[in-house]
Amino acid sequence: MLFKVFAASELSRLFEILSVNRIVGPVKKGEDQHGRSLYDFDVVHDIAELHLDYGQTIHSAKNYFLPYRENLCTFTFQDEGSGDGGDWHKEVDYGVYAPLVLFGLHPCDINALNKLDKVLLGGRYPNPFYGEKRANMFIVGHSCSPQPFCFCKSMGTDSAIRGFDLFLTRMDDLYFAEILSPRAFHLLEQIDCHDPDSREHHRYMDLMEAKEALYVAHVDTSDLTKILDLEFQASVWQEWGQKCLSCGTCAQVCPTCYCYGVEEQVDMDFTRAHKEKRLYSCNLLDFAAVAGGHNFRPESHTRLKYRYYHKHRGFVEAFEESLCVGCGRCGQSCLAHITVPEVIASVRASKEEHDDD
Amino acid sequence: MTTNKTFLGVPVARPKVAFFELSSCEGCQLQLLNNEATLLDFLSLVEVVRFREGMKEASDDYEIAFVEGSITRRDEEERLRVIREQAKVVVALGSCACFGGVNQLKNRFNDLEWVKKEVYGSFPIETQKVKPLSAVIKVDLEIYGCPIKKEEVERIVTALVLGEQIHHPQYPVCMECKARENICLFDLGEPCLGPVTRAGCDAWCPSNRLGCWGCRGPAPEANLSQLQIIMAERGISQERMIDRLECFGGFAAFVAEVKEKKGEPK
Repeated sequence: MLFKVFAASELSRLFEILSVNRIVGPVKKGEDQHGRSLYDFDVVHDIAELHLDYGQTIHSAKNYFLPYRENLCTFTFQDEGSGDGGDWHKEVDYGVYAPLVLFGLHPCDINALNKLDKVLLGGRYPNPFYGEKRANMFIVGHSCSPQPFCFCKSMGTDSAIRGFDLFLTRMDDLYFAEILSPRAFHLLEQIDCHDPDSREHHRYMDLMEAKEALYVAHVDTSDLTKILDLEFQASVWQEWGQKCLSCGTCAQVCPTCYCYGVEEQVDMDFTRAHKEKRLYSCNLLDFAAVAGGHNFRPESHTRLKYRYYHKHRGFVEAFEESLCVGCGRCGQSCLAHITVPEVIASVRASKEEHDDD
Repeated sequence: MTTNKTFLGVPVARPKVAFFELSSCEGCQLQLLNNEATLLDFLSLVEVVRFREGMKEASDDYEIAFVEGSITRRDEEERLRVIREQAKVVVALGSCACFGGVNQLKNRFNDLEWVKKEVYGSFPIETQKVKPLSAVIKVDLEIYGCPIKKEEVERIVTALVLGEQIHHPQYPVCMECKARENICLFDLGEPCLGPVTRAGCDAWCPSNRLGCWGCRGPAPEANLSQLQIIMAERGISQERMIDRLECFGGFAAFVAEVKEKKGEPK
């Protein structure tokens, strides 16, 4: 990896050079009732709109690589009057017409993309809709300050070692830049920057050390896959299930939830039809409902449980890492206060209860 | 106008459709007329034989009846039974038809004679306890909302004509609200019934910074006990919550349960 250092005042130059493309970054959406700022990712036209000091956004940047709704294909029918069943055409549009710059992703969200890449691009049937977007993406990561609900440290996603072009760490009046791609290297050539000296190395390392101390929330992941299997029948699941609203909020704000449903819709004039993909959630009532009417998970606690099983067990067994990046968004958005650290801790506690027996 | 429409080479019948209104504002019917961009397509899909908001002619030869409004008089019950006999498919259009709608707010008063006097004074008028269509006849399909969402009606009517299954969302409004990346109304200190209300409106009100009032009724698995906790935690009084839940009638059973627990008359 190459490192460079530049003055914070140079950032606007960097932004300006990138701004020939569409730039998406953290912007302030408003304030909550206590005056706290609320952030989300959105298209940024002016660097003044970019709030790189954001704690966490409400939603992930998912809409830009896994849209909540996406047209998979359009069918055009030509059967009027033909009498023989007519003809039809299928048109697929990945919807990528220009590169996108994601400016200011935290390590958790960069790691989320790395994980999604494994599922959506690494398998036998890569997802071309996702792949097109990923191939046309320039990612500028940005350092973060851990929030009280962040547990990325526990999930091993507190730093990003790949999956970005450029990663910027703010050091007061300086930016410490990590360069991972030739594009990023050439970009930095266009602004005033220099190789870091040993003093700047130390400043960077001191900063990383100081960050460690800021984590409040933790998840103990040791032997978690086994504990989840052993505690499949634990009563804590029912307790969490009683709280769960089965509303899908957790999945919608999650940077790695990729489950979806597909709906077909015929236009009223019968000349065209669309197949639309909509992100879905395993917490929704009919997630495991099948043809014939049977629902494999009619109770909310079983659905909630399987969400945790996918993130913290199934994915680990398949890819040797958790699907959860510890961004804490699901817990922050959940009106019933169902948070990952508490759920995992309660399942672990039921293991300890058995140990006491 | 008769057209021999086909879909993928298969002839598709153009059903005769009639619109009726019981006690309602007829706003749901107006919603359909409101969609100029697709109105002609809608009219090519079905043959409208009765639609007071849009035409003078009125025929009793129809296959699909869209009935807006709730039942507040005996003659409305009779009218509805006649419609049921004639129509192959009866569709309850909008919250009034599905749950009683805003009209059923008067049901909260025990003494309907007092209500009548308070509203109409000495004017002679017949009015009874408000009922949804399903209390009088078998309803084949319910289209929720106050008002209905025209895009949803168009989708449902297309499915009806093509003989496809009709799916209502099984999840609450939150799912759609999050997809629109709205700020949660609870974060702004506003009550919202989004967590328990059936989706399909594309989070219409929350997207305009108005908390959901539950016009589409409860989602199939509405966690109402958790809703009470959510409201209480945020200092939103039970009275205010009940007021909202009562508005369109979809949550009537739950409201009655809460009131009974409180020892209040239903």
